[in-house]
Amino acid sequence: MAGVGSACLVIGLLTALYAAGASLYGARSGRREWVASGRRAVYCLAALLVTAFAILEAAFLRSDFSYALVAEGSSTDTPGFYKVTAVWATQDGSLLLWSTLLALFSSAVLFLTRRSLREIAPYATAVLGAVAAFFLLLMVAWENPFDTLAVPPPEGAGLNPLLRHPAMMIHPPMLYTGYVGFSIPFAFAIGALITRRTGADWIRATRRFALVAWTFLGTGIMLGALWSYTELGWGGYWGWDPVENASLMPWLVGTAFLHSIMVQEKRGMLKVWNVSLICGTFALALLGTFLVRSGILESIHAFGASTIGVQFLVFISLVVALSAGLILLRLPDLRSRARLDSLLSREAFFLLNNLVLVGLCLVILWGTFFPLISEALTGKEASVGPPWFNRLTTPLALALVLLAGIGPVLTWRRVTAQSLLRVLRAPVLVTAVAVAALLAFTDAGQSVPSLAMFSFVAFVLSVVAQEFWRGATARRVMTGESWPRALARLTGRNRRRYGGYLTHAGIAVLFLGVAASSAFLEQRDVRLSPGDTIQVGAYTVTYREATAKLGGDDAGTGAPISLGAVLDVRKGDERFTLRPSRNYYSSNDPSLGAISRFFEGEATSEVDVRWGLRRDMWLAVRPDLASLEGPIREADRRFSDSPGDVQALVIAALAERYQNRPPPAAFRAIVSPLVAWIWIGGAIAVLGALVAAWPSPEARLRRVRSLYAARVGRELSRA
Amino acid sequence: MDPARKRKIRLVVALAAAVFLAAALIYTSFSASTEASKPSQLEPGRSYEVTGKVVKGSITRDGDELRFRIRDRDGQESVPVSYTGLVPDPFRDGREVIVSGELKQGTLVAERDSLVTKCPSKFTKDKQSS
Repeated sequence: MAGVGSACLVIGLLTALYAAGASLYGARSGRREWVASGRRAVYCLAALLVTAFAILEAAFLRSDFSYALVAEGSSTDTPGFYKVTAVWATQDGSLLLWSTLLALFSSAVLFLTRRSLREIAPYATAVLGAVAAFFLLLMVAWENPFDTLAVPPPEGAGLNPLLRHPAMMIHPPMLYTGYVGFSIPFAFAIGALITRRTGADWIRATRRFALVAWTFLGTGIMLGALWSYTELGWGGYWGWDPVENASLMPWLVGTAFLHSIMVQEKRGMLKVWNVSLICGTFALALLGTFLVRSGILESIHAFGASTIGVQFLVFISLVVALSAGLILLRLPDLRSRARLDSLLSREAFFLLNNLVLVGLCLVILWGTFFPLISEALTGKEASVGPPWFNRLTTPLALALVLLAGIGPVLTWRRVTAQSLLRVLRAPVLVTAVAVAALLAFTDAGQSVPSLAMFSFVAFVLSVVAQEFWRGATARRVMTGESWPRALARLTGRNRRRYGGYLTHAGIAVLFLGVAASSAFLEQRDVRLSPGDTIQVGAYTVTYREATAKLGGDDAGTGAPISLGAVLDVRKGDERFTLRPSRNYYSSNDPSLGAISRFFEGEATSEVDVRWGLRRDMWLAVRPDLASLEGPIREADRRFSDSPGDVQALVIAALAERYQNRPPPAAFRAIVSPLVAWIWIGGAIAVLGALVAAWPSPEARLRRVRSLYAARVGRELSRA
Repeated sequence: MDPARKRKIRLVVALAAAVFLAAALIYTSFSASTEASKPSQLEPGRSYEVTGKVVKGSITRDGDELRFRIRDRDGQESVPVSYTGLVPDPFRDGREVIVSGELKQGTLVAERDSLVTKCPSKFTKDKQSS
């Protein structure tokens, strides 16, 4: 079957090249049948890649270690769910997923636009075909996921334990769907530039894809943050790691794009800006895919260690150079008819929001690549840490949230000061009351940036509430509907607008959680023996007893050994128990002893969190194995040649020894206020984006009617 | 004011803001950065981000303090490290680590929680605690 998979990739490469060539030739020569053939080649490519992906997936499920990839990234004792997802934890498998998603998305958009955009679509097909061809070339020439081993090992290396977390396994496909989704508007933007059809047609055709991509990318980023919070054992959700930054950057520029295309749709302005934004988003999406693979930033000198780093760099440079060149070449066609009438207008504030978002992206880009910049300029390898990122991004994030509140109440073209005052009166009043209450009843005043964020969040929420209230009231006056019905109808009939408001509210709530949890977090790192008690914030934490489990860790990750702790937590009348633990995965290192390899492999923290709307109580434990070292060495000597079941008994005895005579263990306890609102806010934002992206019944009706009208017209002209 | 003049003023203001921001970016990043270094290159009185390998058998614990030695990736010269705080999951003998700190009396006194372990696997989609 590996041969079939490889063949799928080679034929896929040829198909992608054919799709690009045929649609280009068809567009140039005006022969529609070639364009249609190119489009069908893309459908065919999707079928080929889905087949290849299914073959690889089946190999993982069967634990067929004759596939090098399966031997590298899975094992028979990897739980079933993680076998399915281990495919994209490997480099080659993730490239295959990327290209499969790209082919599926391309097919979808080409199918939807098969009767419209006749000039632009062939060029878009060519761009999508070229991108797919690049990824297929990577796999065919350098990173073939179907490489086989002449002598299959009896057991695979297993999935990296750190990745054995539900969020981490859904996170990569989410990110890829986001990255891939942005390639659709990019391809159509390039098509629009080539054909000089720089109106809003390409935007209307691909806007929904951009929105869906944005939603998936955002969800992926949130899941990554959740994984960091619950799996990495350091208690934070964002560490300004290059890999995190790589996914955030295209999301920020994509956010700017989603806003500024509205200005082009409504006012015919910002054309250069829009095509630049989507080209930038796509280039950053490629950069994100590349950064994860190259290892270039974690260790600069490892550059070239990855087999495909150079190819990626060449491709990204090509994309940037070609799109920049094309935009410059088409500058005369991109001139807008309209001008900015007033700085007090929705379009001016959209532009401002765009500048803040792009500025934020540039700050992150600079910080992420600072090690390279520093080495190039000063010859010294240096880096900037999270404090630097926090200091520079805080003011920009504040500005962003404030603008998210002001933008919705402004009208296009211009706003009079009077009408602005009228719509802002209530929200400003609410904000003032909220700030006064915060200062009076909480210690929010201790952190000025957080207080500012709290007040802006209150402002955004009250603006959004006012918008919903005004719309629903208007409906109620006109139709006499009940409140819930009026709200539902209002949102359903104006999905883009009210979906957008919901997203603004969600982002504001998210920042509420970020501001509160970063400024008012209480953390303690301590070593405790059973019976010891510490105070964390308002909580009293007592280490009751140690636990040891064999082959059945709580999270179901298939860890052979899990050592943990039971802690009683008390705050006033509130009492609960937390059971953090640490999973130990055996190592395949032959230099280790038969017993010690069970303790010396990878280990991961399984933190326990008491989730709460007001605050989370987060606990991680790190058992100290120093007291077991002697017995483990001894067991290594005496039981190295014993059969497996005897060794299992020895390990059980060692675990029991840990449980019965526990040495002091290291704990990290964190009380983090309002952190749950980050996830809630993210979910609201995603919900809003889904509302905005969902096709409205009216639009579908309109499309059907126009298709029908076209057919009637054709038939009439024939008659 | 005539529109052309107004536009020009706007452009100048926007450009000035951009230049100011760029300058702030460059200045703060260079002044806040920590230099990356190898264990053999350390000098007292400066803060470094040291990358090296944990010397086999050098890890000892003394209460909350973790002591180990790190050596150059491709050399034998090593320096003792005194560290407190969270130890990342993959911390082991022989692993490559990054730790920030200052050299005091021949020992690298590390900043709390600054230890980062590089993952040994080839395809590191995961990041370590930072």
